[in-house]
Amino acid sequence: MKSTLFNMVAVLFTVTLVASAGVGAVNMITADAIAEANALATTQAVQNVLPEFDNTEISEQTIDDMTIVVYTATKGADTVGYAVETMSKNGFGGAIRLMVGFGADGKILNVNVLQQAETPGLGTKMADEGNPLLASIQNKNSWEVDFKVKKDGGELDALTAATISSRAYYEAVARAYEAYKVACGYQESADSVSGATATASSNAQKGGQNE
Amino acid sequence: MQIVLNGILKNNPTFVLVLGMCPTLGTTTSAINGLGMGVATMAVLIMSNLVISLIKNFIPDKVRIPAFIVVIASFVTIIQMLMQAYVPSLYASLGVFIPLIVVNCIILGRAEAFASKNGALDSILDGVGIGVGFTLSLTTIGAVREILGSGAIFGFSLGIADYMPLVFVLAPGAFFVLGYLMVLFNKYAKK
Repeated sequence: MKSTLFNMVAVLFTVTLVASAGVGAVNMITADAIAEANALATTQAVQNVLPEFDNTEISEQTIDDMTIVVYTATKGADTVGYAVETMSKNGFGGAIRLMVGFGADGKILNVNVLQQAETPGLGTKMADEGNPLLASIQNKNSWEVDFKVKKDGGELDALTAATISSRAYYEAVARAYEAYKVACGYQESADSVSGATATASSNAQKGGQNE
Repeated sequence: MQIVLNGILKNNPTFVLVLGMCPTLGTTTSAINGLGMGVATMAVLIMSNLVISLIKNFIPDKVRIPAFIVVIASFVTIIQMLMQAYVPSLYASLGVFIPLIVVNCIILGRAEAFASKNGALDSILDGVGIGVGFTLSLTTIGAVREILGSGAIFGFSLGIADYMPLVFVLAPGAFFVLGYLMVLFNKYAKK
């Protein structure tokens, strides 16, 4: 078809109008389903990292300009744990988002990887079951962990050939720990003498119910 | 039928036309990723071929590329939203490569070379043929890389992961596998 100014403008206008109407229509259909799928993924992650609970309370914090969401899980009147949705921007392939579960006693129960774009076969192992990252912090008392890989003078294992991914993982968990301390109003428990005293003392006055 | 077969063999987009190399090299770390990328591309290709063949007579020549791109981008966005809603895990693993289907030169290439010159039915068949060819190629590359690199196939571990050279799931491995498969394809399949 021969091009004139009028028909070029008219055709492009029509094409874009129809196209945006189509995209808008599909968006209206899928928006709910997308929100549902995301919510389901979050709920499952919370369930994966915590013991049995029947209610959660959501609170948000901003740490290092990142939004950290804390799900405080209760069963009856008792708080059974805290699931913290945390992230790091320092992954090898962009941001990493984790769900970290803390028990009411401050133990790190489990970690679920929500989102990562690490190198396949190397950094992606962070999402595998029984990987060394999770193994080296699981069931540890969170206030006793230094959140540093051995290469940086810490005590935690890193993934082979994926030190940057491992650092980002622990960085995210450390951030989750910060959020957890705020959420539960950290109070130094009687039998945890060493370790976190220095870092936790600033929060110790707030009083807590985590015992 | 000849059109479909042409797309799979004689005009195979990956091994013969060597188009769309970015998603080919980037997403084929496993067979399932290759398959997902191939099917998503095929869906966009069939729809865009159909629409472009229908509207080709109303598009002025000078603005045909922008018009085609708008059509293609809309279908990619629709596919992206559908995948995000109904197959979130595949969406998460393909990541940025889904929106990048827009600039996959296979799709614009077929719009320009085929759909804008042929009727609706032939264009759909061309989309199916090229799409199946692309999907098969990506799945094959993905499967070979997954077996050689992580000792698994479609996610099922073969229990040999520790003996496999990891390089095949990394970027250099994509070039090795693509190169050798291209040699084999051109020797045996493209007759």
